[in-house]
Parts: sequence; C-alpha cells; structure tokens
Amino acid sequence: MAEITLKSLAHTYLPDPRSPEDYAIREMNHVWHQGGAYALLGPSGCGKSTLLNIISGLLEPSSGEVLFDGEVVNALPPESRNIAQVFQFPVIYDTMTVYDNLAFPLRNVKTPEARVHERVMEVAEVLELTAQLKRKAKNLTADEKQKVSMGRGLVREDVSAILFDEPLTVIDPQLKWKLRRKLKEIHQRFEITMVYVTHDQLEASTFADKIAVMYEGQVVQFGTPRELFERPNHTFVGYFIGSPGMNFLDVMVRNGRVMAGDTELAVGQGVHDAVARARTTNIKLGIRPEFIEVHAEPVEGGMEARVDHAQDLGTYSIVYLTLGSMALKARIEEDQVTPTGKAWLRFPDERLGLYVDEYRVEIENE
Amino acid sequence: MNKVYNNRAWWLILPMLLLVAFSAVIPLMTVVNYSVQDVFDANTRFFTGTEWFKEMLNDPALQAAVLRQFAFSLTVLAIEVPLGIGIALIMPKKGWQASAVLILVTMPLLIPWNVVGSIWQIFTRGDIGLMGWSLRELGYGYNITASPVDAWATIILMDVWHWTPLIALLCYSGLRSIPDAYYQAARIDRASKWAVFRYIQLPKLTNVLVIGVLLRFMHSFMIYAEPFVLTGGGPGSSTTFLSQSLTTMAIGQQDLGPSAAFSLIYFLIILLVTWVFYTAIMNMQKDDNNKEA
Repeated sequence: MAEITLKSLAHTYLPDPRSPEDYAIREMNHVWHQGGAYALLGPSGCGKSTLLNIISGLLEPSSGEVLFDGEVVNALPPESRNIAQVFQFPVIYDTMTVYDNLAFPLRNVKTPEARVHERVMEVAEVLELTAQLKRKAKNLTADEKQKVSMGRGLVREDVSAILFDEPLTVIDPQLKWKLRRKLKEIHQRFEITMVYVTHDQLEASTFADKIAVMYEGQVVQFGTPRELFERPNHTFVGYFIGSPGMNFLDVMVRNGRVMAGDTELAVGQGVHDAVARARTTNIKLGIRPEFIEVHAEPVEGGMEARVDHAQDLGTYSIVYLTLGSMALKARIEEDQVTPTGKAWLRFPDERLGLYVDEYRVEIENE
Repeated sequence: MNKVYNNRAWWLILPMLLLVAFSAVIPLMTVVNYSVQDVFDANTRFFTGTEWFKEMLNDPALQAAVLRQFAFSLTVLAIEVPLGIGIALIMPKKGWQASAVLILVTMPLLIPWNVVGSIWQIFTRGDIGLMGWSLRELGYGYNITASPVDAWATIILMDVWHWTPLIALLCYSGLRSIPDAYYQAARIDRASKWAVFRYIQLPKLTNVLVIGVLLRFMHSFMIYAEPFVLTGGGPGSSTTFLSQSLTTMAIGQQDLGPSAAFSLIYFLIILLVTWVFYTAIMNMQKDDNNKEA
C-alpha cells in the first residue's frame, strides 16, 4: 500500500539541459493517493512513459524526489520498490507455462510452494486464466498474454501499485473493453493504486477516477473526466479532450467590445471585463462544440456565421462554421435542424472559458 | 476457386529436376560409379559391388579417423557454443565500443583456412612463435610435432579462435532483437541474472543456436586445411581427420574405388547426424504443441 509523491521532480535525457524544452519532465509536484485509479493522458512524446519509468525505478530522475509513503526511493532499484509494471507489448516468459509465468515473481523471492500455488490459483481465477494454466505461454493470444503480464503484477502480495504503460495497444478492439472492465474489477477487489498511461481519452475516462493530462513534460490538469471536459484548465486539455476538441478564438477588447479579429462577439459584461483585465496579447475564448447554440433562423443576440459543411455521424452531426474569419466546429444532436448556408450562433456565457497565456482564468458572471 | 486436377502439371518440376541433376545428382553418381568398380585404365575395369564399402568400413585406420573426427567436432562444439554465448553476452551494446568489438570479433572469420593454419604454425613455433616460445620460457616442453596432446590442444584452440566468433555474432544478433521491456519486466519480477539468462535470453537464442550448431558441426566435420598446414596430421596420425585421410587416399595413392566408397560413407555420416539433430530439435518443439493442445 502506498501513496506516491513526486516532489519537484524533473528529468532530462540530455547531459547539459539549457531551456525548459530540453526536459522530458519539467519540474512538477504530484501526489497519487493510495488505492486510486489514475490515468496519465497525453500525446506521444509528452513524457508520460518517462514519468512512469521514474516511478517504477527503471529511470532515475535528474532532479527532485520520488516518495513512497513519505520515504524517498530515488536510489532504490525497481526490484526493491514493490511496484509492478505492465508494458505496451505483453512480456511473457516463452518457455514457461502460464502457471510458471504467474509463479515466477513469487519463486524469485523464495515463497513456499504451497503459498505460490494458492496465489497463482487466486489470480488465475480473477483473470479467467484457469483453463490455460498448463499451456505454454508462447501459444497464447495477445490479450491472454497481456493478462499473464498483469497477473505477474497481481500475484505479489507486497505490490502497492501497478503501472500500466498503454497496455491495450496490441489488443483487438472488441477485447479492449473486456480487459478494461477486468482492470476496474481488479482495482476494486485488491485496492491497489493503479496508474494507467494512455493517449486514448476514452480509455482514460473509462478506467480512471482521476486523469492527469500531460503536455510537454508537465501535468497541465489533474481532475475527474467531467472536470476535464467542462472546465479544461489549459487550452491543450480543451483541445485534446472531447471529440472534436474545444474551439478557441483569439480575442481582444476594442472600443468596449470583445472582438475576435474583425468580428464582434456577443458575450456578456463579465466576459468583457475579464478579457479587459488580462495583461497580455495571448487571450483566447474557448467553447466546446457541444455548447455552441446553432440556430437555422436569426435569433436575438445571434451571430451570423457561414455553414461550410456538415458531417453526419449518426446520433449527432458536426457542423463546420466560419464566423468572420474564424473557423468553428459545433455539435448538433440528431433532433435539431442542421442549418444550411447560414446559421446564427450564441455562446452561453457560463459555457465560455477564458484562457490567458494558455491557462484558464475565471470569469465572474453576474 | 475450383481446384483443377491435371497430372501434366508434374512436367512443371522438370526445370528444377534438371538443375538438381547437374548440380548434385550427376556429380554424385560419378562417385557412386567409381565406388562399385575397380578401374585400372580407360578400357579395363571390374565390377566389385559392395567390396570397397566393406573394406573401408573394416579399415582400422579409417575407423580411428572417424572416432577422432567425432571427438574433435564434439569438443569444439562443447567449447565454442557456450563460449560464443558468453562473448555475445558481454559484448558492448552501443556506442563506438560496440562497433570496435564487433570488428575485432569478426576478424578471425575473414581469414582463409590455410592462412589460419600458417598463422598458427608460426605462432606455435618454439624458436620464433610467440606462443611456442612463451610456453617454453615458462618451462613447458611444448612441441606440436612430437606431442599428440600438444597437437590436439593447439588444433582445438585454433578452431575455437577461428570459429567461436561465428557463434558469438549469431547470438549477438539474437540478443539485440530482445526488446528492452523484457529486461525491465524481469527486474520488476525480481529475476536473478541467471533467471534472466535462462528464461529470457536463452529461449530467444534457440533459433540462432540451431543454425550455429548445425553450421559448426558440418564445418568442423569437414575440417582439412588448418590441421593439414599446422601439423600435417601428425604426430603419427594423431591429428589426421577424415578429410585428410580421404585426400591422401584419393590424390596421394590414386585409389579411386576405395576413396569413392569412403566419400559416400563420409557424406552419409554428415547427412545422418545433421538430420538426427534437426529432427530432434523440431520434435522438441512439436511435443510442446501437443502437450498444450
């Protein structure tokens, strides 16, 4: 059982880092609580695997500390950290049977054979591998192999956290949801801290209670899937989460109006004041495609936009719009009328996010 | 799709048959031809049947050569395979050291057989050879022309030097193909160094080792130039291996009949051993599959 704390942690692969861009992990502080199911979400190359390898001890951080239950473990090798890791590609010991594979971590620490048997049977049952126990691991299918890799983590009684590094990459789509559910089940049953690395937002949100979104070596937001969706803390989160991602408009205040390029935006006084307060030129208004009101007829306070085309995705459509010189996407449910030619848009104030230098700033709506 | 049955399709294998006939069957049949006849000159010959074969199989000198040959091949395999694996394991994995070591290890493989023999002939000389001289200076009466033990040890050392790199290179490439995740998982599973070798590295090397062992067996069983140059088969006949016995008989004594019969026996031994080895390995893997089913 462990709470994992990252204290001013940073890592670089370069011998002589100069700028923040040279760091794979920029200085960060973070806590993974005991028993939580977490996802680490981000695009390829954002540093999520690096972070995972630092936690498991395969990599030593360039600076900062990793603490397990308040104890610094920087210098401890992975084998003495009580951590299991499941890799992107299933790692199995080819020549051994499934049973021996599962027993391997226990036998390595000289566990009595009776206890080994007990644990292996228990874990095999949870993972539904009982029927395969006598088979050579080499001849299993990819998803069974990945279950064996997970099983080797679960079988150890001293494991306090399991780290998953995109474990479902090689699994067929129809089996993915099954394994994901299995993981959830295991999490509830064993109460182990789980950190799940992925670049798939759906995987992250179905698995985790809380998601840490990583971007350029930093955790830009740590929150529930709902928080990430409704109140993205950083423009990257808005863009990365959701399908399609959030719309962002570069805005400024001119003559008491909120302008996006040459187009005046019909927004409330609160938004105006917040934009006016910002002391930078990098100001963006963000709104989710789901929250843009699209009308086929002129409405009060509606901004006229051009409809470029619409994409019908069955239960909803995505409408591509041009407002002034800005491209926007809006999501329309199937019972709504899809406009053609022209549309009138409204941005509900409470759904707007203001981003100053890419980070969210609160708007006080009266 | 409908499968059409037409036996005229057999004609399609004709080109392949012709090719094999010219490359293997016809040359081999000339040997078979000699092995069942006693040829005096272009016009005089007698059919002898299996006589030459019987004579060869009962020849004590040849029997001794066969035993010597097996002893030699098995000894070099027993040394070269573990040593090759060991070298592959400690070879550096990246950087300029990797390239440098790779070149150094490959070097002996590039040297022609009889050059290897000459190199070692000089190397082991007591007066000017580094090894021969050093051993003598150390007080050991090293002499490959007089002591069969010295001659044997030197030939085995020479073969190990010449051919271990082949096994090492094969294993090195096999080891390089193991993804890092295996080693990382093994660390997390707290596997000992031995367990990593036994359960990760060795299984991944099986395929290259089968090739390596087959090649080394066939090669070593046919060894000729190196001992011929180094010891000339001596002292006595203590290092006379099969190829050399055969050459002496066929070229030296012009005994075409017996040497043809002997060639065929020689060929069949290699074929048999290789086949047994290969089938055994394949069966081991097949048994696995059956057990699992």
